[in-house]
Amino acid sequence: MIRFLVRRVLFGILVLWLISVAVFVLFFVAPHDPARAIAGRQATAETVALVEHRLGLDQPVLTQYWHFLVRLAHGDLGYSYYNSEPVRSLIVARLPVTLSLTLGGAILWLLLGVGIGIASARHPRSLLDRSATVFVLGGLSMPTFLVGLLLLYFLFFRLHLLGVDAFPGGGYVPFTQSPAQWAQHLILPWLTLALVSAATYSRLTRGSLLEVFGEDYVRTARAKGITEQRVVYRHALRSALTPVVTQLGIDVGALLGGAIITENVFGLPGLGQLAVQSVVTQDLPVIVGIVLVAAFFVVAANIVVDFLYAVLDPRVRRR
Amino acid sequence: MVVNLLEVNGLTVTFPTPDGPVRAVRGISFGVDRGRTLGIVGESGSGKSVAALTLLGLTPGASVGGQALFGGDDLLAMSEPELRAVRGARIAVVFQDPLSSLHPMYRVGWQITEAIRAHTPASRRAARERAIELLGMVGIAQPRRRIDDYPHQFSGGMRQRVMIAMALALGPDLVIADEPTTALDTTVQAQILDLLHRLQQELGMALIIITHDLGVVAQTADEVQVMYAGRIAETADRRTIFYRAHHPYTLGLLGSVPSAAGRGRLTPIAGQPPSPIRLPSGCPFHPRCAYRMDRCTVEEPPLLTVGGGPGHRSACWLPVDARRSEVMV
Ligand SMILES: Nc1ncnc2c1ncn2[C@@H]1O[C@H](COP(=O)(O)OP(=O)(O)OP(=O)(O)O)[C@@H](O)[C@H]1O
Ligand SMILES: [Mg+2]
Repeated sequence: MIRFLVRRVLFGILVLWLISVAVFVLFFVAPHDPARAIAGRQATAETVALVEHRLGLDQPVLTQYWHFLVRLAHGDLGYSYYNSEPVRSLIVARLPVTLSLTLGGAILWLLLGVGIGIASARHPRSLLDRSATVFVLGGLSMPTFLVGLLLLYFLFFRLHLLGVDAFPGGGYVPFTQSPAQWAQHLILPWLTLALVSAATYSRLTRGSLLEVFGEDYVRTARAKGITEQRVVYRHALRSALTPVVTQLGIDVGALLGGAIITENVFGLPGLGQLAVQSVVTQDLPVIVGIVLVAAFFVVAANIVVDFLYAVLDPRVRRR
Repeated sequence: MVVNLLEVNGLTVTFPTPDGPVRAVRGISFGVDRGRTLGIVGESGSGKSVAALTLLGLTPGASVGGQALFGGDDLLAMSEPELRAVRGARIAVVFQDPLSSLHPMYRVGWQITEAIRAHTPASRRAARERAIELLGMVGIAQPRRRIDDYPHQFSGGMRQRVMIAMALALGPDLVIADEPTTALDTTVQAQILDLLHRLQQELGMALIIITHDLGVVAQTADEVQVMYAGRIAETADRRTIFYRAHHPYTLGLLGSVPSAAGRGRLTPIAGQPPSPIRLPSGCPFHPRCAYRMDRCTVEEPPLLTVGGGPGHRSACWLPVDARRSEVMV
């Protein structure tokens, strides 16, 4: 079990290193002139040279890469070209927003999706199952920004016109400042993520559960004389959750790198918003930092998924 | 008249499917008493499993007819909670493939204690002690250590022993073993059959062994019932089935039992069992029967007393062997 995890972690570090190489090659070695971009068109050649020197861009590529790597190993992601702030503090400041958004959304869509999936699987072709199918088709076919805007329109704007301000239309309040306001500001973004993703999860749960219902060990469980509740939740669901966990790892890993659309629709100052701003201002170190952080989350989510597999399924632990 | 522990009368089981109703069991009656073993034999698809599992309400979606008196109560008329109290506690099942029939993600001890705690107020600790005792009883070495292993850590034969331990956990009156040895190696098969037989002698429960192999019931069954296309083709005590079989289908099955001496090749019955959706006219076996008479193609024979032994009945129009029955009587 420990060896299994250590191997996964080492492999994850290897993947991250490869990504860092790719990022370095793409962003620092690619033919463009960041010093000139920072100094501006009017600047003298001397100024540009100084900027270049300060950024270390006048050194040989291998030396630059070495410095890049050493700084990376210390968690130093360099400075923003745009306002000279450390990239790390920029990212750290945005992280709680993206984290709150993603984790809250994930909990909501899991409850919604898995719940609907279980109900549909237990009563296939029932009215409930059929309505769930319609809901799922809707969820699958609607783009995130549309769901977000619709929620904004009906639950913020229309209510606002009626003089009810139940849900704020945007912005973020740190949890440490006011948990209640934190949640209130995040409800609509959470709902957006949940409505878009619950569809996938309910289909996944339903299909997986229906398959497991046909397994011999579920028949054994029924033959023991335990309640149907127990058969479903203790015996069938345990196996049926495997594909759900996989999907959850993919989705959460991807969203932690920046829920770009949702953050921008609701004006949440998260990583996704920072990414969009940095692309607009061509702030390379920040873009690189976000790419690396996003990659880190994807890799970390994969390791967590592997770990959960091992927890769920003893047969995996032997490998 | 002797009243058996289990008395099934006119059981019918039909599955509605898009292709039409599947008549898996078409009116069969049988019984088994404490301390006795009934062997149900037939090819794949003859309705053996469905007949047995329907008794416990484990064939969802089926429409069921007839009566199944168990200790005087009709299983088929019970509500779900009533039936749940019977399942696992008074009637237990041992399934064919112990690898797929045990939950791969739970320890065997957990799976056994779950059954115990579902039906008794036993404490966790008491249930665990009982599970250890059961594992020892079915011949698992060092049960105290093995109880926390997962199914994949056992060999096939040992897994089937775990299944048997689980079935016996609550001291059931009836155990249904549905092809308990089909998934196992030949040598292990014999061990498992011995174990079942021995435990039945010790505990005195009724046992139904379902198999497609007459060899499996040769040593263990008191009564044998041969099924074909959802009906009973022939039923009698074991000796009669093996030495005075009447139905050509039984004779065919006997031809495919490997002989002890090892000589003589298997002679499986030619042709395929009929589809339960489109059964042949008359006797369902007639397309494959070497002794087909004109009557067989139009009229389905009922179970007729053929007198090879007490209770010997066969669903075949062929005359009784007159010479032999004279000797008998
Ligand atoms: N849920 C179901 N829906 C439709 N048909 C079914 C269902 N369960 C069983 N059947 C059909 O009923 C018939 C009898 O099945 P059953 O499982 O009792 O056969 P069996 O004698 O136990 O054979 P095997 O040796 O394959 O276990 C088969 O033709 C099978 O296809
Ligand atoms: Mg079967």
